[in-house]
Amino acid sequence: MTATAEPAKVRGETILAVDQLVKHFPISQGVLFKKTIGQVKAVDGVSFELRRGETLGVVGESGCGKSTLARLLMRLETPTAGRVTLEGRDLLRATGADLRRLRRNMQMVMQDPYTSLNPRMTVGDIIGEPFEIHPEVAPKRSRRQRVQELLDVVGLNPEHLNRYPHQFSGGQRQRIGIARALALRPEIIVCDEPVSALDVSIQAQVINLLEQLQDELGLSYIFIAHDLSVVRHISDRVAVMYLGRIVEIGTEEQIYQRATHPYTQALLSAVPVPDPEARDRRTIIRLTGDVPSPAEPPSGCHFRTRCWKAEEVCATQDPLAVPRAADPHPSACHFAEVRTEV
Amino acid sequence: MTQNAVRPTPASPTPPGGHLLEVRDLHVEFRTREGVARVINGVTYHLDAGETLAVLGESGSGKSVTAQAIMGILDTPPAYVRAGQILYQGRDLLTRPEEERRQIRGAEIAMIFQDALSALNPVFSVGWQIGESLRERAGMSRADARKRSVELMDLVRIPAAAKRLGDYPHQFSGGMRQRVMIAMALALDPKVLIADEPTTALDVTVQAQIMDLLADLRRDLGMALVLITHDLGVVAGVADRIAVMYAGRIVEHADVHALYRAPAHPYTKGLLESIPRLDVRGQALSSIRGLPPNLMAIPSGCPFHPRCPYVQQVCVDEVPHDLVLGDGRTSACHFAQEVHDDRDG
Repeated sequence: MTATAEPAKVRGETILAVDQLVKHFPISQGVLFKKTIGQVKAVDGVSFELRRGETLGVVGESGCGKSTLARLLMRLETPTAGRVTLEGRDLLRATGADLRRLRRNMQMVMQDPYTSLNPRMTVGDIIGEPFEIHPEVAPKRSRRQRVQELLDVVGLNPEHLNRYPHQFSGGQRQRIGIARALALRPEIIVCDEPVSALDVSIQAQVINLLEQLQDELGLSYIFIAHDLSVVRHISDRVAVMYLGRIVEIGTEEQIYQRATHPYTQALLSAVPVPDPEARDRRTIIRLTGDVPSPAEPPSGCHFRTRCWKAEEVCATQDPLAVPRAADPHPSACHFAEVRTEV
Repeated sequence: MTQNAVRPTPASPTPPGGHLLEVRDLHVEFRTREGVARVINGVTYHLDAGETLAVLGESGSGKSVTAQAIMGILDTPPAYVRAGQILYQGRDLLTRPEEERRQIRGAEIAMIFQDALSALNPVFSVGWQIGESLRERAGMSRADARKRSVELMDLVRIPAAAKRLGDYPHQFSGGMRQRVMIAMALALDPKVLIADEPTTALDVTVQAQIMDLLADLRRDLGMALVLITHDLGVVAGVADRIAVMYAGRIVEHADVHALYRAPAHPYTKGLLESIPRLDVRGQALSSIRGLPPNLMAIPSGCPFHPRCPYVQQVCVDEVPHDLVLGDGRTSACHFAQEVHDDRDG
């Protein structure tokens, strides 16, 4: 990372701020005269901050809106409402050269290393493609060398730049995806389930690579995953999502040791622990039923239909994600408390 | 190693009348245009009534192919069983005519799959699909099959079963679809249920529900369960014994408690060390170096040797045999005892 005339970058300062971000997808009916008959509330008022050099984990089950959140941040989808501020500039209203510059600073690693790489392009072309859009980052003459450097950084053989994606294994392909994300020297990388398609023995290699790159390049990560153990391992702070909202957010320790939201507690208790001796010691909170449809989320607290603590107030009043007396980190539950038994 | 003397060990004596299901030295290869892939290279394991055996391995280790060979649902070509026996109640299934295998499939040994949405037929109602084997195989009338289907859906805890009988697979959530598939598998009251990654496509809260259900059903119906998975956490929760597969072989076979306490094969050890733990926050993850082998060119000697931290010349030259350790477990490693005793290395 070359230090130019930009202001000094302080680790820990807010680099990205998301404020009440909303994305509703219309459900339409009819062939000729489409009319909107409802809204899928994929992301329904999400706010958080990302600090320089940290990893913010985002966990939640399928359909909770975590991938839509990633796509909104990358401006691959247009939000219905809300505000995203990147380095003090409004990302959602930026256009032209301004938008291009902001986009350069935030890149993405996709989940599926098999479909996110174009099978007809060589690895060199895939990793070098961002330079076509941002030629100022690497002049044409030095591109080949820059691509080889990137391959080296992610632990691949720099000589392999003329190979095609099918000649690589899943883990190696994910490294190619990471190299592509690093090409423009971004400060933020949004990782959407980066290791969930990989085998256990390969998962650890990719996680270690991401951590090492963060140390060397001072990157900030938004790390989206459904695997709570992986998220705990890599994250400094964690946000738990349910039906389009963040129900609880805090440091890794606050979420994993002192969770106060019933959903977080249930989620954590359900994670299988690789220790047969723990079989009888653990009490799993068994949630009944399925996640309600995001097209018709329950009134008030979205989790109340599956919650064992639900009372009348939960149906009428939206619990805000605010610090609660039970533990001073934001939790969106009227009855937030730390679970005592493990 | 000594304190678990009361637990049944892998080398537990064969019960009178033999094991319920036994796979002996099975070899399967896939003949493709690019060459021959040796997918299963001498797999041996057994299952007794009422127990849960976990078969653990990563993609390409051959865990699902073994199950497909047991069920007799391998795609031939490209898959060919080259050698071995699959004994069910003493009968070798591989030598039996197709009609006899059909009688065993479903009624004696049933299987559920990872992806319930693609395993179910989208154009028939779930009630029809659950009842299909009852009508075709058990000779039930339509009305009886319907009644039994509702009972089966109740058994797998699908709420309002009678009302949902006419619904189609797409109207069910992922967890409910998996329950439908379990109900189908249980229709003919099998003695063995093979579950191939039954919860991999599901969210953790739903995964916990399905694993509970499988454990309860196994106990209540007295079935034996083969759980095929890549998830060390799921195995720890339910299995009695565990067989770890690598490159088409069982590399370690042990009582589940013993294995997690002290793995005796470097691959198992590497796997256990490379998973991030929810209950223990560690430093950098130790990873297994290198890549899983290409099954068309499996390394000489021990197939794990290019990735193994314990590797010696003998590993390159000689295929390790199953070494029986003190507590009756086996490990296909020349240095099994060292690996087992080396707890912190």
